[in-house]
Amino acid sequence: MSTHSVGSRIESQPRPRALSARPLALAVLGPLTSLSGLAWAIVQPYRVTLLHADGQGFWWLFVEPPLLVILAGLAFHYFVARPLIDDFEKN
Amino acid sequence: MQPPAEHVHWMFATGLLLLGLFLLAEAIVGEEIWRRRAWRRYLWPSFLFGMGVLMWPVMTFFTNSTIHMLAHGAWAQVMMVAGAAELGLAKGKLQNALWRFATPFAFLVSGLAFLLHERNPWFFQRSSFLHHLLGWTLVVGVVFPLGRALRPRSTAFAGAFAAVIVAMSVMLYCDRDLAPVFGHLSTLAGTPHR
Repeated sequence: MSTHSVGSRIESQPRPRALSARPLALAVLGPLTSLSGLAWAIVQPYRVTLLHADGQGFWWLFVEPPLLVILAGLAFHYFVARPLIDDFEKN
Repeated sequence: MQPPAEHVHWMFATGLLLLGLFLLAEAIVGEEIWRRRAWRRYLWPSFLFGMGVLMWPVMTFFTNSTIHMLAHGAWAQVMMVAGAAELGLAKGKLQNALWRFATPFAFLVSGLAFLLHERNPWFFQRSSFLHHLLGWTLVVGVVFPLGRALRPRSTAFAGAFAAVIVAMSVMLYCDRDLAPVFGHLSTLAGTPHR
């Protein structure tokens, strides 16, 4: 029994391409932003008014800076960075 | 139903954060790839224009002093001018390269408006400190949009321009209606809220 054919078949499969620096920078930009928002929420939990929502007015529940940072990072990643990485890879 | 001033600052901080991320992404991939999809070509100029439009209600409803109204009005105008000029350049309808200077002009006017409408010293309270810091960041940081206007293909200028916008968003997120800054709070400022 030879393993030669199996080995050659594995070698003929396309290897996953390593991300070059620019797509990598794009890929981490959104998650890093969201992570910084998450870190802020952990360091200053009183800034997330949803955690103590009793008696809070509309604006205190609607505008919560750490959550806005997290949302901005996610929105950027899914709606801007991903299509941009696709275009970069196709280039 | 009117939001507290600090909430308005935080909403604009989020807008600036997104704007900075768009600019940073454009700086990373370059203008050619950024403009490959039609919607992306107009993304940040229209976003900037929209932020300028949204500054008008801020000017209208936050009338605690005339100088604040004038400053907010100046920001609204220069943001709209810069956004509109960049939209025209992106579309190709504006051919004169001098239109590229609309954004550095907006930077300079915004910085001066910050500095001129803050009459208290740096350590009076946090918002005073941030007004001075934002003002000087814009006045000194104008070299980056200026460099970008003179050398549109420079990644360094485009990246630095984006970084200044992100830094501005961080400063705006730090704003509070009344809070100390590095332990300093003038007795004339009042009692801190939180």
